Amino acid sequence: MAGMSGDDADFAVLGGGLVGAATAWGLARLGRRVVVLDEGDVAHRASRGNFALVWVQSKGLGMPRYAAWTRQSSDLWSGLADELKRETGIDTRFERPGGFSLALDEAELERRVAMLRRLHNQPEMTVALGTEIVDRGRLAGMLPEIGPDVVGGVYCPFDGHANSLKLLRALHAGMQHHGAVYRGGCAVQAIEPSADGFRIRHDGGETRAARVVLAAGIGNARLAPMVGLEAKVRPQRGQILVTERLQPFLRHPVVTVRQTDEGSVMLGDSQEEAGFDDSVGTDVLATIARRATRMFPLLGRANVVRSWAALRVMTRDGFPIYAASARHPGAFLVTCHSGVTLAAAHAYVLAPMLAAGALAPDLAAFAPERFDVSPPG
Amino acid sequence: MSAPDLPARCDIAVIGAGPAGLAAATIAARAGLSTVLFDEQPAPGGQVHRAATTTPLADPVAILGVGQARGVALARDCAASGARILSGATVWSVAADGTLGVSLAGAASPVVARHVVIATGALERPMPIPGWTLPGVMTAGAAQILLKTGGLVGEGRVVLAGCGPLLWLLAAQYRRAGARIAALLDTTPRANWIAAARHLPGFLASPYLAKGLGLLAEVRRSVPVFGGVTELRAEGGTSGRLARVSFRRGARAEESLDADLLLLHQGVAPNVNLALSAGCAHDWDDAQLCFRPALDAWLTSTVESISIAGDGGGIGGAEVAEARGRLAALGALRRLGAGDPGGMRAKAAAHARAEIATGLRGRAFLDTLYRPAEAFRIPHDATLVCRCEEVSAARIREAVALGCPGPNQLKSFLRCGMGPCQGRMCSLTVTEVMAKARGVSPGEIGHVRLRAPVKPVTLAEIAAMPTSPEAERAVLRG
Amino acid sequence: MFRRLDDALTPAPVVGLTVDGTRIEARAGDLLAAALLAAGRGLCRTTPVSGAPRAPYCMMGVCFECLVTVDGMGSRQACLVPVREGMVVETQRGARVPGR
Repeated sequence: MAGMSGDDADFAVLGGGLVGAATAWGLARLGRRVVVLDEGDVAHRASRGNFALVWVQSKGLGMPRYAAWTRQSSDLWSGLADELKRETGIDTRFERPGGFSLALDEAELERRVAMLRRLHNQPEMTVALGTEIVDRGRLAGMLPEIGPDVVGGVYCPFDGHANSLKLLRALHAGMQHHGAVYRGGCAVQAIEPSADGFRIRHDGGETRAARVVLAAGIGNARLAPMVGLEAKVRPQRGQILVTERLQPFLRHPVVTVRQTDEGSVMLGDSQEEAGFDDSVGTDVLATIARRATRMFPLLGRANVVRSWAALRVMTRDGFPIYAASARHPGAFLVTCHSGVTLAAAHAYVLAPMLAAGALAPDLAAFAPERFDVSPPG
Repeated sequence: MSAPDLPARCDIAVIGAGPAGLAAATIAARAGLSTVLFDEQPAPGGQVHRAATTTPLADPVAILGVGQARGVALARDCAASGARILSGATVWSVAADGTLGVSLAGAASPVVARHVVIATGALERPMPIPGWTLPGVMTAGAAQILLKTGGLVGEGRVVLAGCGPLLWLLAAQYRRAGARIAALLDTTPRANWIAAARHLPGFLASPYLAKGLGLLAEVRRSVPVFGGVTELRAEGGTSGRLARVSFRRGARAEESLDADLLLLHQGVAPNVNLALSAGCAHDWDDAQLCFRPALDAWLTSTVESISIAGDGGGIGGAEVAEARGRLAALGALRRLGAGDPGGMRAKAAAHARAEIATGLRGRAFLDTLYRPAEAFRIPHDATLVCRCEEVSAARIREAVALGCPGPNQLKSFLRCGMGPCQGRMCSLTVTEVMAKARGVSPGEIGHVRLRAPVKPVTLAEIAAMPTSPEAERAVLRG
Repeated sequence: MFRRLDDALTPAPVVGLTVDGTRIEARAGDLLAAALLAAGRGLCRTTPVSGAPRAPYCMMGVCFECLVTVDGMGSRQACLVPVREGMVVETQRGARVPGR
C-alpha cells in the first residue's frame, strides 16, 4: 500500500460497501480520480449480510418515484453484470427469471394482494411492475417443489437475483482497474470543508478531495453533520440462514428463499429493531426455518451451515436518501438498504450526476427534507 | 422433531467429554448441582482418551502405552458422580444467557444452563502442503483414532510427516502393533533446537521429559527418520489417490518416496469455534500460534456465564486439561453460590492451580521446539488453504492486494471458510497468510466471526426449536 | 490403506452393510468411516466445487471430508456414525441432492 496520507482526488467516497463501491466504480469509469475510504474487517457491513435479490415487486408504496427508480435499476442490471465481467472476469451471476412471494395461508395472501393494490393505485405511479397474483395450481407448475401449505403467491417478471459477494468483489476489482484507490482500515474521524474541497482525516492519515460522497451506511448518521447534512438512518437487524450446497432445484428467487449460483440456499429474513445488536437469536432462526420448510418441505433435510445477522440501513419511511449539501457544495449523501438492487442505478445514473456536480431534479423525491414534514395523522 | 431425551434446564452444562469435561462434570455433580455433559462422540474420553472404555484392543496398554487407564477412571468417576452424560449429542449454539442448541439422534432442543463449561479441546493444526486433500493423506491423529477405536493400522507404504509429540507417539504405537512405517519425515526446523535450549531447565523438571526421550529412542530404533525436511508434497497417481511423497533435506536434491498413506501432523491448537460464536474474547498467542480465549483465575471467559476448560483454553496436555476442568467447575460453583462445606473450595482450587503450573512447566520447551516452520504454516501460492471451498493461497493473496483487510471480508470475497467445516481446517492458515501478506501481526488480522450453528444442523431441527410471537412478527411480511 | 489387527482384538460380532450396493463387513462398534477404510472403500465423496475425490481426513468430526449418505440421509459425517446391521451407505457426487 502506498503512502497512507496525502491522497489528492476528485472524489472521496466514504464507505466501501455495495453503495460506496458501485458509486465509486461509476465515478472511476468516467475518468474521475477516486479514493475510497473504508473501515476495517469487522465493520457493520450490510453488504456482507444481504439477501442478494434484485427486487422490484413490492417497492414503492408511499413513494412512486422509488418504484420507478428500482425498476430502472433492474433494467440496467444486465448491462452492469456484462461490463463488470468484461472488465474483471468476475461473473456476478445476475439472472432475472422473475420472482415470487409465497403465502402460507389466505390471510397472508390477502394482505399481500391488498398491499400491491395500494402500491399500484398510487396516482403518481409511472412504471408498471407487472405483478400477477398466481394461484396454487399455476405456482406448482413454476415452482414444482412447493409444499401443500402454499396457497398462492405473487409473481413479478422483473425480479431477479445475483451473487452479491461476487458483485462486491467485482466492483472493488473494477474500480481499481479504473485507477480508484481503495483504503481499508481508514475509519473517518472528520471532514473539513475548505475553499478547494474537503480535507478528510481518518485512521490512515488524511485525504483531500474536491468532492466527497458519504456512502457509509449506518455511519452516515455520524458523518452527515460534518458537511451540513442530516442522515436519519437506524439499524434494522435481519437474520439469514444458509444451507450446504445442493443440486439446483429452485429456478426462481422467492423473497425469502433463494438458491445461489453455488448451490447453497439462503433463507431469510427478519426485520427487527434491535439497535446495534447484530447477534443471532434461535427463535427468529426457528421461525425462518419453519416457514421455509413449509414452503419447500424438501429443505427440511438440508444442513444449515451458517447463519448471520446484518444491520440494514433504514430510514423512517424505508426509502433511500440522495442529497447534495447546500452549505458545502460538493458534498453528497447516498444511503439505502437495497445496495444490490440499486447497484446499477448508483453506477450508471447516480454516479454521472455526481461527476457532473449536481443531483438531477428528478431525484428530488429522495431529498431528506421529506422527513421535515410531520407524517399525516 | 424436538429431542425428548434432552433436559430443558440444568445448573451446569459441560460441553466435551475429554479429560477437562469429565473432570468438570464430576466436580459439579458431586457438589449436588444438576450437571449435564454433552459429547459428540459415541463414548466419553475425548481424543486423548478416545475409546478408553470401548476400544477393541485386547491389551491396549501393550500397544498404546499408558494413559487409557486414566481415561477409564475419569469416565467411571463421572458416571458415578450423578452427572448425566449424553454421548452423540452435538451442541451447535451457545448463547451468553446459557441457552444451548443441542441435537441428539436427529432432533434438536434448547437446553438452558445457569453456567456453561466449554471443554471442546484441541484440533490438529492444519498442515497445508500441496496434495493434502488427496485420498490417502490423513492426519496422524486420525490414524491414532482408527487404532484406538477400530484396531486399524496403515497398510502398504506408510509415511509419517511433520513435527510434534503425537507424530512420534503414533510411530511408537504402530511399531508396537507390528505395523511397518516406511519413513518418518521430521519437519522440525533445525534452528528450533537452539531456540528451545533456553527453555530446557523447565522441561527437565517436567513429567514429559523421560516419556519423550524414551519415545524418540524407541522410534529411531525401528523407523527410518529423515530430519530437516522441507518442501513436502503429496502427489497423486492416475487413480486420483496418493502415490508419492516428495521433499527436500537442506541443499540436497529433491527426494521422493512411493507412499500409500501419508499421515500429517504439526501440533494441535485450541478448538475455539464454539467459544468464539458465544462471543468470548480471544487473543493471538504467538508462542502457540493460535487464538486462545481470555480467561480469569477461575477460567471464566469474558462472557460471565461461560468458562473454558482444557486445551480449548490453550494447549497444556491431558493432565493440565483435567486440572483445568476441576478449576473451571470450582469457579462455576463459586459463581452460582453453591455451598462450600468446610471451605474446601479454595484449597481444591489452589491444588488444581499448582497442578496446572507443574504440568505447564515443560510447555515452553515443546512449543518452541515443535513450532512448525513458517513454510508449513504459510504455504506457496498453488497450495489449497480452504479444503471445503478449494481456495488457494494465491487467491487469498490476490484478495489482500485488492484491499481485503481480514478474514471476514475474505470470506465474502472468496467463500474461504464458508464450507461445512466452518473454517476449522483453514482459519489459522488464513490468518497467518493474510498477516504475512499485509505485514501485520496475526492478532491484528483477527479471526473470522462465527455464529450458530457451529456444526451443521438440519433445517428441520432448527425449525423445531421454540419460537416467539415477536420472532414471528419479525419474519412475516405484510 | 488400512488393515485390522485381528490377532490383537477382542472378539466382536460381524455387522453387514452395503456401500453403493456392495456388501461389506465391519466389526460391531466400528465407526462408519473406519469400516469404509478397513474395507478399502475410503472414497466418500467428490467435492461440489471441482469434483475432486475426498476420503476421511481427521476422524474426529471437524473436517467434513467423510460425508456420505446413510440410510437415505445425505451429508452424514461417517466418522461420527457407528455402524449398524443392514445400514445402507452411498457415496456422494458433488452437491447433495435436495430432499435426500
